[in-house]
Amino acid sequence: MTMPFYVAPEQVMKDRAGYAQKGIARGRSLVATIYPDGVLIVADNPSRSLHKISEIYDRIAFAGVGKYNEYDQLRVAGVRHADTKGFAFSREDVDARSLANLYAQFLGNVFTHEMKPLEVEILVAELGADGRPDQLYHVAYEGTITDEDRFAVLGGDAETIAERVARDWQPDRDLATALGDTVRALAGPDRTLGAGDLEVAILSRRNGRRAFRRIADEELADLLGPAPAGPAAEAPAGPTAPEEEPPDPGARPAAAEGPQEEDPEG
Amino acid sequence: MALPLFPPTDDPGPDFVSLLRRTGPPPVVGRAEGVTDVRHATTVAALRFRDGIVMAGDRRATEGHAIAHRAMEKVFPADRYSAVAVAGAAGFAVEMVRLFQVQLEHYEKVEGVSLSLEGKANQLAQMVRQHLPMAMQGLVVVPLFAGYDQRRGTGRIFTYDVTGGHYEEADFQATGSGGRDARSTIKLGYREGMPRDEAVELSVRALYEAADEDAATGGPDLVRGIYPVVAVVTADGYAQLAEEEVAARFAAIIDRLREERGVTASTGGEPG
Repeated sequence: MTMPFYVAPEQVMKDRAGYAQKGIARGRSLVATIYPDGVLIVADNPSRSLHKISEIYDRIAFAGVGKYNEYDQLRVAGVRHADTKGFAFSREDVDARSLANLYAQFLGNVFTHEMKPLEVEILVAELGADGRPDQLYHVAYEGTITDEDRFAVLGGDAETIAERVARDWQPDRDLATALGDTVRALAGPDRTLGAGDLEVAILSRRNGRRAFRRIADEELADLLGPAPAGPAAEAPAGPTAPEEEPPDPGARPAAAEGPQEEDPEG
Repeated sequence: MALPLFPPTDDPGPDFVSLLRRTGPPPVVGRAEGVTDVRHATTVAALRFRDGIVMAGDRRATEGHAIAHRAMEKVFPADRYSAVAVAGAAGFAVEMVRLFQVQLEHYEKVEGVSLSLEGKANQLAQMVRQHLPMAMQGLVVVPLFAGYDQRRGTGRIFTYDVTGGHYEEADFQATGSGGRDARSTIKLGYREGMPRDEAVELSVRALYEAADEDAATGGPDLVRGIYPVVAVVTADGYAQLAEEEVAARFAAIIDRLREERGVTASTGGEPG
């Protein structure tokens, strides 16, 4: 005869939270920040094909940190949710808030009912329209949802990175400055992150119907400006970055702006 | 709406249609006997030129012998590098285009890369085939698909029949009730490697001639300022011509025909 062990619910939750936090802390971090044209998302991710940042819908982007297979599953579910909703109703009816809520429900449910919590933190970013502000929804592994209106930091080292982001954050930075500041905050004082170490994407008001666009390769290198000579030696490297934001079209041949605008009525 | 999650062994993949079958609104099924006066869309044409393709479609929808709508659009962007035009039962046709657009975008978002042009053409073929039961009852939808093939660096045109058979056209094609006249016009004016301007001109001329001969095809509506839709797809993507440009081209054609006189004398006057 064996007696089932009694484990206090507090202990169960604590163990699960610790497990999830450890898993998330192993991965690299990610910062999303709002700038006048929209939302800039920068991830510490050297992979060119396994993305942390992706497009969900016209004005909605997704970003995740932690275990790739787990947040990618959530990403695909988000695309499916948004596309079916937009198809059944109208493209305007797809919003980030309801999607973020669904994610929160799901993560909370898994956290309390399943053997293993998901080791992910996700971000749902939405570009504001019709006078509504841009919005960042940050959903944690246990389903806690917070909305941010300046920036959000996801990942293991979130607190220290958030401090650095908050120090430089200003509402009226252009893309190059915002990117420079964000990358420096993400890297910290001891590292330098180059174009090859970063995954960058924006939700921009200049992109037409589908606001999401990746910034990669040469465009990213140009925006980052010349790499500082010494590793992170010069803190005020910011102003040397190109002052002017490069015209959004041009850079990518796919930047067909208007045409995607037209949807069939019906 | 629930979060659409599936176990890995039972995942619909990047296919929006099979996703819809499982989660979305039910697709139209059943029989449509006795339905006769549904809206029909009419002439659409596409031709290949040096840098890509031109696609054009008139704006008229008919219900039997009555004009149901004067400003219906039949040419749509399928995605950044392709265009789709429809002729046939308007309700189904527009819905098919909407589904097709979402399908291409859905694939691109889930997979992270776009389908090849051939893949897109195949997708559309499957949609046409699924519509076959309705087509058998007279509610035919026949699309025309064309785009810029980025891998081959050329424009390509695909036509369809009601069974979902799809065929790649070498240079040009037109479909719908005035398709025959539009096709003949393009055939007479076509030459390999035309520049954009000439191709647009020819497509506009083709629609003019189709409207001249076919009652269900709308010509330029000078009174209301409604002109056919002309779109160009090149390496730079899909772009619809401004209405003023199309209007100017029609005006030029009409002026020229007036001067020449007698060219369309047998059928008389301008198309209405």
